[in-house]
Amino acid sequence: MAAFGSLCLLIALALAAYNLLAGAVALRLLVPVRLADFPPAPAPRNLYGSWIGRNFARLRVLIDQICFSLAVAAVRAYNPLASAAARVFDWISVRISPERLADTARRAGIAGFVAVTGAAFALVWSVFTNDFSITYILDHSNRALPIPYKFAALWSGQEGSLLLWAWLLGTYGFVLRLRHKTDVKLYAYAGTILAGVQLFFLSILVFAAPPFSLLPGYVAGGAVPADGNGLNPLLQYPEMVIHPPLLYLGYVGFSVPFAFALGALMMRYPGEKWIRITRTWTLVTWLFLTCGIFLGMHWAYAVLGWGGYWGWDPVENASFMPWLTGTAFLHSVMMQERKGMMKSWNVWLIFSTFLLTLLGTLLTRAGLVSSVHAFAQSSIGTWFIVFMCIVLAVCIFTYILQRRHLKTEHELESLVSRESSFLFNNLVLLTACFVILWGTLFPILSEFVEGSKVTVGAPFYNAVAVPIGLFLLFLTGVGPLLPWRSTSLKAVRRNFVLPSIALWATVIVCFAVGANPWKGGAFSSGVFYALVGFALAAAVLTAIVSEFLRGAAVLMRQTGRNIFAALWLLTRRNTRRYGGYLVHIGVVISVVGLCGAAFNRNIESELGLHSSMSVGPYTLTQVGATQDSNDNFDSEYAVMDVYKGGQKVFQMTPEKRVYHSSGQPQTMVAIHSTPEWDLYVVYEGTNPDTGQPIIKAFLNPLVGWIWIGLVVMVFGTAIALVPSLTPATAALRVPAAQTASVTPALKGGA
Amino acid sequence: MATPLRFAFWTRAAQALLLAVAICLSVGATDASSRFNNLGHRLMCTCGCAQLLGECNHVGCPESGRERSELAAAIASGLTDQQILDSFSAKYGATVLAAPPTKGFDLVAWIAPFAVFAAALLGTILLIRRWGGLGGKPLAAGIEEPAAMDPAERERMERVRRETGSEGGF
Repeated sequence: MAAFGSLCLLIALALAAYNLLAGAVALRLLVPVRLADFPPAPAPRNLYGSWIGRNFARLRVLIDQICFSLAVAAVRAYNPLASAAARVFDWISVRISPERLADTARRAGIAGFVAVTGAAFALVWSVFTNDFSITYILDHSNRALPIPYKFAALWSGQEGSLLLWAWLLGTYGFVLRLRHKTDVKLYAYAGTILAGVQLFFLSILVFAAPPFSLLPGYVAGGAVPADGNGLNPLLQYPEMVIHPPLLYLGYVGFSVPFAFALGALMMRYPGEKWIRITRTWTLVTWLFLTCGIFLGMHWAYAVLGWGGYWGWDPVENASFMPWLTGTAFLHSVMMQERKGMMKSWNVWLIFSTFLLTLLGTLLTRAGLVSSVHAFAQSSIGTWFIVFMCIVLAVCIFTYILQRRHLKTEHELESLVSRESSFLFNNLVLLTACFVILWGTLFPILSEFVEGSKVTVGAPFYNAVAVPIGLFLLFLTGVGPLLPWRSTSLKAVRRNFVLPSIALWATVIVCFAVGANPWKGGAFSSGVFYALVGFALAAAVLTAIVSEFLRGAAVLMRQTGRNIFAALWLLTRRNTRRYGGYLVHIGVVISVVGLCGAAFNRNIESELGLHSSMSVGPYTLTQVGATQDSNDNFDSEYAVMDVYKGGQKVFQMTPEKRVYHSSGQPQTMVAIHSTPEWDLYVVYEGTNPDTGQPIIKAFLNPLVGWIWIGLVVMVFGTAIALVPSLTPATAALRVPAAQTASVTPALKGGA
Repeated sequence: MATPLRFAFWTRAAQALLLAVAICLSVGATDASSRFNNLGHRLMCTCGCAQLLGECNHVGCPESGRERSELAAAIASGLTDQQILDSFSAKYGATVLAAPPTKGFDLVAWIAPFAVFAAALLGTILLIRRWGGLGGKPLAAGIEEPAAMDPAERERMERVRRETGSEGGF
């Protein structure tokens, strides 16, 4: 199977190379590059007639001239090569039409997907057949590993993860190439660019991190180890079967809008074309990334046993950064669709998002910064750095050549408008992204400048990123209250009345129930931020619900339906808008859950038989400590009866395992979740002197809300993906007796 | 006269709010358990687990117990928070601090986010003014009009839009 897998990878590499080369040649023949196509941009206007305006305009002229000169120099340097290549192209074009060449490139992409699938299948097959002659299988699996975790072995190590990336990219490319008739030329560009990305990952798999490399000195039919080293115990948890693939689906998925954006820019395509085509791709990708991040949080919460879910670890940050820029992109493309504005901005947002996904993989895989995700580090960082430089150079070069095509078509009419709120939304999201990138990379910078590393941990992010997040939450509520184009301050004030009441009512209620940042004479910044978060969440929720109810009230008057039917119809009529609002509600619910962390409590105690400990309203009594064993691990656990108000309410069994293959210990946390709080119990081990279990219990308020928020976000995104009800489709759903009155609304009707 | 008075009122109110927030944020934790918890979340466990000292709980950690004892002893001896952080930094190196110190080059870590935010805010406001001139303010005399799109380019884009319907095609 190792030979088959390696052969598949080689074939896939050759096909990706052909796809890239043939696609590029075909597109070059179809759209010849001429210097005359790229005249310099006209001088910018002086905006205000002021000194600042004049100098700002001069600076822009200077920058434009420098950029344009560089681009012209690059094209001129390219021209001699191009003229030589032109002879080859002519020779090719005599024998095959560019259209057919492009189609062979597309078919090569499809065949490449089949080849990568073959390689992925070979690796999974090798895991299931315990082929320990393959180094990767020996290092990441063992005979007793349960079946679901055999699949997890595919992404538990460096080589497997890269293969998963290549396979997912191949899958996305496969779907894209099958749908090429939507817009043949744009899809050809996008497919060729994707082939370039695929070529990079397959090159790493073939030359730098081969997943099918055999044990040193192994010959066919020779002796192999009887069992493998097993999967990292941290990864032997149900979420690990779905968290990494979802995260990778998100990471890899951003390659598609990137490819369309770059292709459209190369073709000087109207912006709304590629945005419309990639909207579904981007939303689905964003959804995968969101789910991947939240499942990662849940895994950290349930497995690491420290009572938290987000530690600002560099690898966590790496997944969060493209999410932030991707979210900014999803918002700012609406400006381009509706107003023809922010074209350059959107192009750079998606370029940045793709580069950040590469950076995330670089951080995860190359071990540039210290991380608890130390299970997959290696020396492929140089490959990624070189590839990122190439991608950046291509993006800059294309942008400089085609920047005139990205001219804004409309102007902003008012500072108080939906357009402005999108700008500020982007400002805050990108600032948050910068803060996280800065914090993640600062230890490297500090070491370079001062010669010694510093730690940039939770206190830094809590001080800098949390206020930014709260500001973003504020904008989440303000945005929907502002109409497009412009509005009067009076109308804005009217829209803000209810949210303001909700905000102050929440503050009063919080103080009344004891959420006071100044409690006990000491100021707690965590409680203060939580208080602000609760108040803003209430205001934002009120604002969004008001929007729903306002629209539903109009429909109730027009159609005579009840409130629920009107809400449903309202959402169906504009799924993008109301689906988006539902996503915002999900974000608000999750923020409420995150704010609960300010009120966490915990207690640690050594518990003998029938002794008890209390946390919050719960009393935990140890009624037994026992041991168990299976093929994969030995475990010891405590049986705890939990009492509330003197009544036994449930039982918990926190556990500690020691895996046979690796000898590594692993805690299995017992969690009892309610909407109010989670009771989270950790079996920390036994006291070597007394032999009694040491138990740590946490009471974590509102944690369940984080996961409920995710469910609402998924639901909202699904709604936003469904096409809105149009008059034509609505007519098809009207009962027969009523169709006469709506027939003219049908497409092609009178 | 009403407008300047109202402006003065809001200015005062903003100043009072700012002062209140500053006072709130400057008030420190006072009792020993709060200080232990607070400082435990400003220090890292040095065993290499990349967790905060106050949250490090993995089985058999060789460092966190000793560090916690040292922290408790330092608090009991009456040292200030800064003295405790300095003593830990001197003993274990700068990486024991969970956030960069606010002196020397490391101060840049704290300044840069706010500087970038301020610059981005300024840029956004300039952009909004550029795009709309704040409520349709007319362009000053002698200022160039925005360059219109080249008619040939506009025609090309329209042609692409027409030609790339659902059927596509080269």
